[in-house]
Amino acid sequence: MRSIYTWCAILVIVFASVVGDVLLAQAMKQVGDVGELRRRVGILGVIGRTLGDSTFLLGVTAMAFAFFSLLFALSWGDVSLVAPAAASLTFIGNAIAAKFFLHERVDRRRWIAATLVAAGVALLAG
Amino acid sequence: MTFRKYLVLAGVTVFAAAGDSMLSHGMKQVGSISLHHLPSVILAVLNPWVAVGIVLLLAFFATYMTALSWADLTYVLPATSLGYVILALVARFVLHEHVSALRWLGIVLITGGVGFVAGGPEITVHPREDREVTSEVEDIPPLAKAARPLGSAQGKSGAPEKASVRGMES
Repeated sequence: MRSIYTWCAILVIVFASVVGDVLLAQAMKQVGDVGELRRRVGILGVIGRTLGDSTFLLGVTAMAFAFFSLLFALSWGDVSLVAPAAASLTFIGNAIAAKFFLHERVDRRRWIAATLVAAGVALLAG
Repeated sequence: MTFRKYLVLAGVTVFAAAGDSMLSHGMKQVGSISLHHLPSVILAVLNPWVAVGIVLLLAFFATYMTALSWADLTYVLPATSLGYVILALVARFVLHEHVSALRWLGIVLITGGVGFVAGGPEITVHPREDREVTSEVEDIPPLAKAARPLGSAQGKSGAPEKASVRGMES
């Protein structure tokens, strides 16, 4: 029974961090190339434009939620399962979400990369 | 990809790894914080390791956002995952901790994944994008450039996958 709770917590963490990453990536595409923008409006302009983007704020909120649910899960769950499983599944979740929501071209090269990194992270963090 | 962009990706990697380890080192000095004494979290910031860790993680966030402004999420995430490898190598060669065979395998897999993604293009170029064409995507066919209407909404309105043009072919 406890393991079901642990896996539910892992899914919540993965979901929140994938939502956060996708929203942040979308927000930064809306803001535009930071290097070019900085030449035009200066560093304060870049910061202002980023912080004023509602997608960015939503993304940060989702990331904060993911962070606190990870802390919460680590306080009662099995650390050797929660940490690697959450980190590793986030890579896979992000590849799927980026394909469907950000319309990124996730070709075979990127699938292999995401899978290798997810497996490697699971082994390293485990 | 310019040298500057590689530098930003290296920044994401190093700041995340260094920030996490300093925070972890500092929090071990501070000791465990119970949920009933949450205000003591604020005191943890007074620990120099924690303070430097927070500054490094802010630097990580800034470089991560910069990278996402000109590269795909599915490029940035695997490309910067070398941080895990750096942490394991620091554990082995600086802290002289034991690194098991399985962990070495993990290092090999991550490094392989980074190699795979780094060989490909860093951004998906949608025909209906209003972002400026940067020097890296100069080699897209003129037809695709012409098909890009100026001042249109960003390419989130479901540009079909087939229509996307790859900026750089490996």
